[in-house]
Amino acid sequence: MAIAARSDASAREVAATGSAATFPRRMRGLIGRAFSFRWVAAATIVLIWFVYYPIVDNFIVSTTHSDIFTGDVENVGLANYARLLHDPIVWSALWNNCAYAVISIVFQVFGAFVLAGIIENLRSAFWQRFWRALYFVPSAISLTVTGLLFYFIYQPQIGLLDAVLDALGLHALLLPWLGSEHTAIYAIIAMSQWQGFGYSTLLFAIAIQKIPREIFDAATVDGVGPWRQLFGITLPLTREMTALMTLVTITGAFQVFNEVMVMTGGGPNNASQVLGTWLYTQGFSQNDFGYGAAIASVVFIVTLITGVAHLWYTKRGRVRW
Amino acid sequence: MSHAVRERSAAAVIGQTLLWSFLVCLGIVVAYPLLWMALNGFKTNAQIFGSPFSWPTRLAWSNYAHAWNHGVQSYVVTSLLVTIASGVCTVMISAWTAFGLTRLKIPGQPVVLALVLGGLMLSPTVALIPLVRMFQDLGLYNSDWALIILYTAFRVPFTTFLIRAYMIDLPVELDEAAKLDGASESQRFWRVLLPLCRPIIVSCIILHVLFAWNEYIFAMVFTGGSQTTTLPVGLALLMARTGSNYSEVFAAMTISSLPIVIVFFATQRYFIRGLAEGLGK
Repeated sequence: MAIAARSDASAREVAATGSAATFPRRMRGLIGRAFSFRWVAAATIVLIWFVYYPIVDNFIVSTTHSDIFTGDVENVGLANYARLLHDPIVWSALWNNCAYAVISIVFQVFGAFVLAGIIENLRSAFWQRFWRALYFVPSAISLTVTGLLFYFIYQPQIGLLDAVLDALGLHALLLPWLGSEHTAIYAIIAMSQWQGFGYSTLLFAIAIQKIPREIFDAATVDGVGPWRQLFGITLPLTREMTALMTLVTITGAFQVFNEVMVMTGGGPNNASQVLGTWLYTQGFSQNDFGYGAAIASVVFIVTLITGVAHLWYTKRGRVRW
Repeated sequence: MSHAVRERSAAAVIGQTLLWSFLVCLGIVVAYPLLWMALNGFKTNAQIFGSPFSWPTRLAWSNYAHAWNHGVQSYVVTSLLVTIASGVCTVMISAWTAFGLTRLKIPGQPVVLALVLGGLMLSPTVALIPLVRMFQDLGLYNSDWALIILYTAFRVPFTTFLIRAYMIDLPVELDEAAKLDGASESQRFWRVLLPLCRPIIVSCIILHVLFAWNEYIFAMVFTGGSQTTTLPVGLALLMARTGSNYSEVFAAMTISSLPIVIVFFATQRYFIRGLAEGLGK
């Protein structure tokens, strides 16, 4: 708004002086403006060179096949994409990414929202700060560390998980969590929920704090209980944060790499491969850049669709009070 | 009437008890594994295998010393260098860009804005293969420079987004007044706007440190083959190298997490305030 008002004013200024302005003066204004571009030049260059150009180049690479022995690069058209459709591991990786996204939305968007609501409803400001900070700690630590930590926790011999299950008498659940094709990816996803829920809880708490207190006070006076306030007032009023967190969670789920690489490397028997690790395996371990780039294109398309959907949603109307 | 009140307060007490038990249990689930990690760094390997829940019988600092000497030292140095250098570059470039986008009339402004906001959606994974070839051609593959450049390039959109949101909300009159007094663009940026933006700048620095200290995929692909790599990649290498000497790995994990946890607790007030102001509703 402020920008629009300002440029309006300056447009009027230009209109008023424009007729009287001499040519050199207008020229000087133009040069001055071009010179102002220096403020954004660094970002423009860095973004085009290292972010946008490589992504365009990725599509070009994805239509080639390079021979690792001779170094010859040949154009193979869409052959890499055709191969993609018939690669069972691409499909299971895609499924794993989707499972990642769905489970993360349940815990890191919905669960984190409810948790933030509970924390913000506590009467003591000290305990609010305490829980928010404690739950956030795993998010500050690298996924390599938390991944390795849970690699140990899931381990049958020294692991905490099987020791706890054993103590509780749940012997049927004593599984080699990361060693089994059926449980590996879910064990990784569970670690990721543990690591990430505190971050989204903090962001939801921030969003809830921005809602004017009077709205809740009025609801309390009218006898509306805390749970109905949470879903009837807080949820609709923080929907922009919910949309943002959903976007971040979905795009994050399709870029998963670190924890899978550290915990299983995609195994056993490729059961926990995700698109990111399969891209890496194909591109760097097998040196098949073309096919790796084709897998990367799938990641790009999914994140693009999610991003556009988010834009469309936020354009429909902002929350006002 | 008093009966109803008592009944309601009884329900409230039960509700509060359930709520607090939930918060405490969740707290234990979060904190216990981290405590276990730090304590295992003090145990011998035999103790780790024999009694996973026990406290260490004595504080074996030697694991920490071994881990430090077996490479963790150089990983810490590389991580520090890359984090600081890319942090300074990212925040500087982003603050300039936010200033240009919110306070100046620059040619092609909508295009620059679209580049920045569009960059929020683009992920490192998609650009990985072309970037490797590009950095091989530039001769920067397997060097710290690759990470400094890439961390800057991929964090500028988000950082600019936060600073821009903050600058838009600052009153225009302040730097308009400076402009009328004949201040140049540089003076308006360095003397007026940058000091006003200090809260968001601090948050952006913290967010960048959290990112750069923990980043994995670029570090692994671009420096994984060299001796000087960052902590996350170095830890994975250490794990592969030390084999079953788990206590040393636990010590190394604790060494790499401690600084970032301390940074978070020391700065969380700024961090939260900055996020609140940058992210909007």
